[in-house]
Amino acid sequence: MRMWFVCRFCCPAAQSNSNPEWEAKVLEYFKGQLREKESHSWVPSLNDVPLHYLKPNSLVKFRCLVQDMFDPEFYMGVYETVDPSTKANVLRCGKYKDVTECGVDLNSRNTVTAERQTFYCVPIPGESPWAKEISFLSAARVVPSTSYVPSRQKRSYEEDDDDMDTQPQKQREPHTGGMGETPQIQPHGNGDSKRQETEAPSSQTTAPSDCSSHLDLNFPLPGERGPACLVKVYEGLDSFKLNDTLEIYGILSVNPVLTVLGEEKDPSLLLLNPTESMETPEEQRAHDPPASLVPRLHMLYARPLQHNNPLLPSAPTEDQSAFVSSFLVEMASVRAELLAYLTHVLLGDGLAAEYLLLHLISNVYTRRDVLPLGKFTLNLSGCPLNSYTERLYQIVQQLVPCSYRLSMSLHTMNSMRLVPKKDYVANRLVSGALQLARNTSLFLDETQLEQGQLDSSGVRNITALGNLISWQKVDYDFSYHQMEFPCNINVLVTSEGRSLLPSDCQVPLQPQVTPPNMEEYLTTIHMAQFTSQINKFRVYLSLARTLDYSISDEVTKAVEDDFVDMRKDDPQSVTAEDLHRMLVVARLLSLSLGQTTLSRDGWMRAKHIDMLRRSRTEQQKSLNGNEP
Amino acid sequence: MSSPTSTPGRRKRNRDDIPATPKSTRRRGQDSSNGDLRAMPTSPATDIASPAVHDTSLFSSPRRSVLPSEVDMSSPLMYGTPSSRVEARQRPDLGSIRKAPQVDLHSEPPSADGAVASEQALGQKLVIWGTDVNVGTCKEKFQRFLQRFIDPTSNEDENAGLDLNEPLYMQKLEEISVVGEPVLNVNCSHVQSFDADLYRQLISYPQEVIPTFDMAVNELFFERFPDSILEHQIQVRPYNALKTRNMRSLNPEDIDQMITISGMVIRTSQLIPEMQEAFFQCQVCAFSTCVEVDRGRIAEPAVCRNCNTTHSLALIHNRSAFSDKQMIKVQESPDDMPAGQTPHTTIVYAHNDLVDKVQPGDRINITGIYRAVPMRENPRQSNVKSVYKTHIDVIHFRKTDEKRLHGLDEDSDQKLFTEERVQILKELASKPDVYDRLSSALAPSIYEHEDIKKGILLQLFGGTRKDFSQTGRGNFRAEVNILLCGDPGTSKSQLLQYVFNLVPRGQYTSGKGSSAVGLTAYVMKDPETKQLVLQTGALVLSDNGICCIDEFDKMSDSTRSVLHEVMEQQTLSIAKAGIICQLNARTSVLAAANPVESQWNPKKTTIENIQLPHTLLSRFDLIFLMLDPQDEAYDRRLAHHLVALYYQSEEQIEEEFLDMAVLKDYIAYARTYINPRLNEEASQALIEAYVDMRKIGSGRGMVSAYPRQLESLIRLAEAHAKVRFSDKVETIDVEEAKRLHREALKQSATDPRTGFVDISIITTGMSATARKRKEEVAQALKKMIQSKGKTPAMKYQQLFDDLRGQSEAAITKDMFEEALRALADEDYLTVTGKTVRLL
Repeated sequence: MRMWFVCRFCCPAAQSNSNPEWEAKVLEYFKGQLREKESHSWVPSLNDVPLHYLKPNSLVKFRCLVQDMFDPEFYMGVYETVDPSTKANVLRCGKYKDVTECGVDLNSRNTVTAERQTFYCVPIPGESPWAKEISFLSAARVVPSTSYVPSRQKRSYEEDDDDMDTQPQKQREPHTGGMGETPQIQPHGNGDSKRQETEAPSSQTTAPSDCSSHLDLNFPLPGERGPACLVKVYEGLDSFKLNDTLEIYGILSVNPVLTVLGEEKDPSLLLLNPTESMETPEEQRAHDPPASLVPRLHMLYARPLQHNNPLLPSAPTEDQSAFVSSFLVEMASVRAELLAYLTHVLLGDGLAAEYLLLHLISNVYTRRDVLPLGKFTLNLSGCPLNSYTERLYQIVQQLVPCSYRLSMSLHTMNSMRLVPKKDYVANRLVSGALQLARNTSLFLDETQLEQGQLDSSGVRNITALGNLISWQKVDYDFSYHQMEFPCNINVLVTSEGRSLLPSDCQVPLQPQVTPPNMEEYLTTIHMAQFTSQINKFRVYLSLARTLDYSISDEVTKAVEDDFVDMRKDDPQSVTAEDLHRMLVVARLLSLSLGQTTLSRDGWMRAKHIDMLRRSRTEQQKSLNGNEP
Repeated sequence: MSSPTSTPGRRKRNRDDIPATPKSTRRRGQDSSNGDLRAMPTSPATDIASPAVHDTSLFSSPRRSVLPSEVDMSSPLMYGTPSSRVEARQRPDLGSIRKAPQVDLHSEPPSADGAVASEQALGQKLVIWGTDVNVGTCKEKFQRFLQRFIDPTSNEDENAGLDLNEPLYMQKLEEISVVGEPVLNVNCSHVQSFDADLYRQLISYPQEVIPTFDMAVNELFFERFPDSILEHQIQVRPYNALKTRNMRSLNPEDIDQMITISGMVIRTSQLIPEMQEAFFQCQVCAFSTCVEVDRGRIAEPAVCRNCNTTHSLALIHNRSAFSDKQMIKVQESPDDMPAGQTPHTTIVYAHNDLVDKVQPGDRINITGIYRAVPMRENPRQSNVKSVYKTHIDVIHFRKTDEKRLHGLDEDSDQKLFTEERVQILKELASKPDVYDRLSSALAPSIYEHEDIKKGILLQLFGGTRKDFSQTGRGNFRAEVNILLCGDPGTSKSQLLQYVFNLVPRGQYTSGKGSSAVGLTAYVMKDPETKQLVLQTGALVLSDNGICCIDEFDKMSDSTRSVLHEVMEQQTLSIAKAGIICQLNARTSVLAAANPVESQWNPKKTTIENIQLPHTLLSRFDLIFLMLDPQDEAYDRRLAHHLVALYYQSEEQIEEEFLDMAVLKDYIAYARTYINPRLNEEASQALIEAYVDMRKIGSGRGMVSAYPRQLESLIRLAEAHAKVRFSDKVETIDVEEAKRLHREALKQSATDPRTGFVDISIITTGMSATARKRKEEVAQALKKMIQSKGKTPAMKYQQLFDDLRGQSEAAITKDMFEEALRALADEDYLTVTGKTVRLL
């Protein structure tokens, strides 16, 4: 099958001109083939297989986030070549290709100009190691036709050759002082600014190694790795949006000519033809990076990803609904187990665990004019210091497919770029840490914040975080104006006192146990879970988020009555805000139990836990006395 | 006039497909590659590929054949221009057109290339190669257009001062003869309405048609004004081509056509001297020759024609001809973009006097020719990148924000509405309940607060702009300012966010995070040019829009003081770093403030609750309180509303409320087209209303209304008339304005002690009763001290206790202190620390 793909695209679609429908037919064919069961797993993935193991001009897939959209470009859709020896004219197809064949007749009347657009795509930022691992394993099984023997090569510097099982490596944690597979989290902030560009060893790349070091691949998060890709899009340009997560099937193009063309500059030509010099070196570097570092991918077909959890079927097919209904039965029991697990992790605090669980399945499901509905930002206050939050993050990271921990130290807040900014010199969108895929868990660690002066960029960053939490949007900086991009990010704030950032819900942590050695304690809990168990949790969290939800008229009435009664008792403390929150809590609570409608019971439970939480915050308030 | 004169770019065109009919779908992309890429010329049927023809004049027919290259190309004879004094200037903006050969359709058999004449051209003898343009006819048509075109409905600012019933462009020519600026701007929509076919030719073949226009206009001009002296011949600059409006809609079909797009300048390059003609001199015999630069390449003559020495020619730079050129990057304006995508950018080349006409940050409409050039082919490489580079050669710039200075609405705005859209809007406007409909469509997710929404609605429409500068008053503020105050968590911010998202030129700032410079303007050193640049802040940016300021109370005093000028004079004066200027800031302010004590204290006045200076408060037309009503029926409706919010589907919501886009258009339309004026009845009603307001107060010995309130009423009434799409302000408008104003006053200016509405709370910061009471306390205190006899010093605390004991009403410490201060002002006593001394 693979060879077939290669052949098909090596030979130009010669008679294409006479039959304009061939393009649609090709697309249909590929879509049909890929719809077949398992067939998409035969296609090697750029995410997993190093670039130099992939054959140019073959079909590959790439799981990615659209980081930037470049200007549309015109290319020769059909052109004619003249063989210098025979003088024979041949029509050729320029679609899905970067470079033309020899001897182009630029004056041919048969040339057809067509339009395409380039997207700059990066691997999904903050993808958890386990998600990479699993999708990698499933892909590796089925790429026999590449000469690539996957397991050793890639894993060698991530972990030693323990096993495919993730379990043993977790046991090593306490000794290595961090998770072996997440080196990017270790340097807090962006001390390590020289990013590793690609997984391919530099000896394999055609570009000199020093060239790669100053080429910024523009990943949203510091310390990310993996290939970035220039994706050429031919159809349905309007259906794609910035920050979409896609699985792209396309033809890989790593023609070294691209690099040469980009770099070749004859200074004398520049002098005479200033049009060439219009493109600044920065722009050239951003838009035409060496193909060995940033491969080109000519998109045949892209599938928008609802989630990037490899344990779940990704497409909404019959397959998935069957999977969902089978899992729904288990839902309640998995929930109980997960709750117990989280309770242990949160030092025996059951209420906080309940809220954390609700937070992890929250999702902005719609927007009413400016108001995002369904967001549930949680502020866990009263967190013990000394790396507890770090451990907590690692546990969250084990559960969700995408996450990022932003340590809110004064230095990071002042120096880090959170909001993406348009760089007009290089003509690209310079990414920032808030350019995240949907449903990414953003873990804001406020315990790291110390007293001191925030400078102007620090204030901007804090404002951006506040906007993100309140409106679920990020205002990208286009220098002359700002542009608003809606997002859907789960924000969890851990702090000592109440957070300085707004939040939907604050839960003061009340530890029931005070383990003498926190690290040991958490590790023990961690070890007690089997991989299969953890996998169940992962599926549970991703699945609960996707369920539909409704409220019956009868329950609506009950909720209204209840609200009126509550207001009667204590009009000062129950506001519209509270009703908003309780409705979200009720929704999440029902979904967490696998119920897709709100029952009266569910409402009462939501009210109950909210009351417990409120009494706890009030208690806290009276204890401290100085909280607003 | 541009001409193929002493200039470079004498190129022949290699168009090899001639459209069978004007409407044929030619592949323009291919065309351009042919037209511009001359590396491998494929000659058409004629023999113009021979070098001699390179020097043939553009409009001579091939049969006239070879002219020696030494002929003075600038000779007006070429164009029959009557004045030989005036030098023609090249037009690099039109690119490589000057050599377009004409095809004599009768003398030539249809070539293998398929050159078929268009029907229209058949009658004439000559058309320009590759087009259906006949120079003679085209010229004639354009001259007729210039001489006859009248646009009585014109409201363009450029035509100010011209007689609308006379031929417009003849007046402009007259202007040129007086002013001496040899540029004639032609509105394409005029051409279209005059001669649709000419317009089509102009759009499709700008390279050929515009020089023809140039010829036509110069002939006409020098016929009329034979004695005028111009710097160079007149150049025609068409603008407002209807072809394209949006950068996003540019596609391969548009290549080589004339387009108009709007956008924002983001970067300009430095001036690039582009060599047009290289001057070579033989080192041996000093023979000189000129070689024209062809797309950046000079064909260096290998042999001297005079002495036959090889490789003896050297390039003499300072005798070569250069033209100015500038690269400008233009980005799509944010309003044009679909949500969730990044803006597109386009490269634009400005030539000659258009260089440095625009600055980064300017919003402009560009008319120009869209070009696509294949990537440079490399002789050392056999295969090339199959991508074209695109750019626009600009013919005309039109700054859209420049007109804001004149206070006129942009004509691009007018084009936004299609006939059907206007019909929908008018239908909506004719409904009797349009006011209620619109106000309920405003921020549907926010519950109730009907009057506040109505107020904001009126603010969105604004009053009529009036100019009283003749009478010395200057501009009259037309913008309505609104302040919302109230308990935290009453969705004030949400309302602000909504408004910010609704209006095109809105700004959202938070009082906490903004500084005075952030609101006004600051001077910055541009890192690239090292020039000082004035960067405008939120208030200036929201000129003609709404500036939403959240947490108004948390703003520092110095920041707030900036607002004084903006909110009444609608200007902003800046004097810093050597830049002294006054910027327009005709912005409506929508502010939200929280009470000082976090919860609204109903026992206190508005001023006391939010602690804002009354000078600022009095500049708000409407001040609303957003309070928690604490009433069961309200709670129930609120609960219902919120629950519905969470489970209703998108479609259900849509049904209930007006689309946000319709609302947007409705407001934009009303703001652009409706300028209501007071009619007689309404004026009377306003006068009555004002007199009534004054009367209320005078009964109790206080002033209850000031002229500022009257102005507010007028503005509100006008805005309400705009909502109805009415050109007259009628009594119902005044009634609603009165009602809303009274509602707002009732909420914000009610004296909590007396229960009366007291405007002096807003205007002076203190209610009349409070002032009276202060005086009373002071008098009582004075009396008490006097009754104590001659004691030079008293203890503060004891005096306070005595006064409290004596007085029937409760005396707070604040009141006591105020009384002491009043007495100190009278020089009756002084307070030092804890003791009070008599003087």
